[in-house]
Amino acid sequence: MTPRLELRNISKRYPGVVANDDISMAIAPGEIHAVLGENGAGKSTLMKIIYGAVQADSGEIVCDGNRIERHDPATSRALGIEMVYQHFALFESVSVVENIALSARMPFDLDALSRQVVELSERYGMPVDPRRIVHDLSVGERQRVEIVRCLLQRPKLLILDEPTSVLTPQAVEKLFETLRQLSAEGCSIVYISHKLDEVQALCDSATVLRGGRVTGTAEPRKTTSLELARMMVGANLPEMHIEPARPSPAPILEVKNLSADPPHAFGTALRDVSLSVHGGEIVGIAGVSGNGQAELIAHLSGELRHRHAEAIRLEGQPVGRLDAGERRRRGLAFVPEERLGRGAVPGHSLRDNAVLTAHRAGLVRGGMVDRGRAAAFADRVISRFKVKANGSGAAAQSLSGGNLQKFIVGREMELAPKVLLVSQPTWGVDVGASAFLRQTLVDLSRAGAAIIVVSEELDELFEICDRLLVICQGRLSSSLDRRKTDREEIGLLMTGGTESSTHKGSAGALHH
Amino acid sequence: MDLFVAIFAGTVIAATPLVFAALGELVVEKSGVLNLGIEGMMLMGAAIAFGAVVAGYSMPVAILAGGLAGAATSLLFGVLALTFLTNQYAAGLALAIFGSGVSAFLGRGFGSAPIDALDRIHIPGLSDIPLVGPMLFRFDPMVYLALAMFVAISWFLYRTKSGLVLRTIGESPQTAHAIGYPVIKIRYLAVLFGGLMAGLGGAYLSVAYTPLWVENMTAGKGWIALALVVFATWRPQRVLLGAWLFGGMTILQLQGQAIGLAVPSELLSALPYLATIVVLVIISQNRQMLALHFPASLAKPFRPAG
Repeated sequence: MTPRLELRNISKRYPGVVANDDISMAIAPGEIHAVLGENGAGKSTLMKIIYGAVQADSGEIVCDGNRIERHDPATSRALGIEMVYQHFALFESVSVVENIALSARMPFDLDALSRQVVELSERYGMPVDPRRIVHDLSVGERQRVEIVRCLLQRPKLLILDEPTSVLTPQAVEKLFETLRQLSAEGCSIVYISHKLDEVQALCDSATVLRGGRVTGTAEPRKTTSLELARMMVGANLPEMHIEPARPSPAPILEVKNLSADPPHAFGTALRDVSLSVHGGEIVGIAGVSGNGQAELIAHLSGELRHRHAEAIRLEGQPVGRLDAGERRRRGLAFVPEERLGRGAVPGHSLRDNAVLTAHRAGLVRGGMVDRGRAAAFADRVISRFKVKANGSGAAAQSLSGGNLQKFIVGREMELAPKVLLVSQPTWGVDVGASAFLRQTLVDLSRAGAAIIVVSEELDELFEICDRLLVICQGRLSSSLDRRKTDREEIGLLMTGGTESSTHKGSAGALHH
Repeated sequence: MDLFVAIFAGTVIAATPLVFAALGELVVEKSGVLNLGIEGMMLMGAAIAFGAVVAGYSMPVAILAGGLAGAATSLLFGVLALTFLTNQYAAGLALAIFGSGVSAFLGRGFGSAPIDALDRIHIPGLSDIPLVGPMLFRFDPMVYLALAMFVAISWFLYRTKSGLVLRTIGESPQTAHAIGYPVIKIRYLAVLFGGLMAGLGGAYLSVAYTPLWVENMTAGKGWIALALVVFATWRPQRVLLGAWLFGGMTILQLQGQAIGLAVPSELLSALPYLATIVVLVIISQNRQMLALHFPASLAKPFRPAG
């Protein structure tokens, strides 16, 4: 059978790095093919080459037996190749349906298109309101829009880059059903993921990349996770090491009856949110994106200020009305969900990005940046957190997602914060770096810091958190002990089920 | 009542050059390009249109020539800013100075005599209705063209796919390129359209409004057009309102000067500029709306990656 897509000896060099080195693979019609690899292994570059957003230096791409001569995204789309980017290619200021209309090959009729979007999104269990402005959507919601947009084109080859990291377990199952159905209809799927269990559940075959080269091919269903991980990392994965928590007697961060109007027209109102975090423990906040996480984080970090200073207390002191800078001065550190643009300035060097939050660590003297110390600080983060970067002079945007995340987390940890607020710590980060980041968070908490992790990945929360809370429609559930709850209970709370109906005793007991 | 009609009609006429120039610039900026050279393009349009009338061409030909002169001037900006990716602020400022100089040079032969202004329309019946006739049906065709352009541009930007593509290119050219739209080509078209509109606005000044040729006769209207777009938060309706506000203040201060208000005339002349900016600042306070309408990649050069 002629492969739907065949790559022959693809190579791509960037200054100082070989992103893809002599890569060949073939994907049959209807095949679900996984591409596995660590960050910086060259997966994203390879996908961009398939899609035509980046041109290969050498090698050829053959689609349905025809060699693609001049390759660009328009060619790909004409051939039926669609891609869901890891960093979404959506326009912020226009509505969902307008975004979809831009890439739709059909007459410009927004009403008809809206109906199609609703129909398709309901059929595949991915609720999307076509009239909402993308600007106000959460990451998870944006991904649904991207996927629906691709499906609308009835693609012959669909490329998905880390698609499940923002979905609930139920939604992942729905997505897999969709993908299996698409595959049964003859659509080939290239599935990039670092979640080995998902690859094993979904994919027919896998190509493993490391350092820009193919290091192995496998049938995931007949290969163990350990073997796959070894092909990817080139060594055995570090094992998580978690000591029991010894919480401090008094909470370090306390939130009491925090209510807030939505900050903008499409935001979520926070309703009577209370939580407390002690030193030495990690508290996780689970929830489907868009249920008030962004608003809660903004209030905790100080990006949004609250009119009642007492609503938020840091070491007993009311801080609700203080701005983010003042809260940082008092020992709160924050790692936002968006690495580029909020966690780091894309075009600035790592050294300059270090100064942005670490200026209190002696990097600024008399109003002048001490460049030597700043560089030394950045270098220390780079070596301690094993960041793959071309020195402290490298621009933040030149790092892969996982490496930049390691740098940002490392930068905050070097400041020895009393409270660390982390949003989506390992979103789009590969296995090796995720394990490292999680271990780092655990170590920091055991050293006495209070840590709040907001994540949409339940596995992650169950792995590292001591207590879990679920946010749904701006309300926070009461605290659940990780050892006394399970995915099912959390999953029900995430979709609005009440505690009394799901788990009678334990939640109530903890509350009093 | 006659005074009211005179002020209303005067307002609409005084606003027309701004309506052309500012709507043109709105389209340019919506594509993510900032062309500061409106003043220069208007002056080129004014000079060429006036010259064409002096040379004996018919009014429609002269006005069209003015528009095309504006477009040709904008092409210079396009080449600098879009092909050679020079700084758009610098290229636009250079264009303003260039247009002012070249138009002054071209205008040396025109003399200072006025020409016969563009005829106003007269629709039997409609134009003769008391009050409504002189207020709505006795303008020259360019006034109606300006309003038609307003309707057409609003419809184009918010109701057509091409308009959506243009807006999204202004927001994220990289994304639009990734989907497969020709960013540079579309930006060129927008810049040329902006030039055409500025040229028409200039032509209106020299062959209908004044109607004579004076060096630098736009007197900063190109800059006001630029401010209108910004303070109107990139929305056509507000551009139109802003232009009318400016036109109204212009007429009112002329009336003020005519009845001999005890205020220095220089101060009165400055009033329209001041009032326009103050009012537009007040109405552009809504940040949510601003975020939704501001072209995020405004004035950032785009080079296709890969």
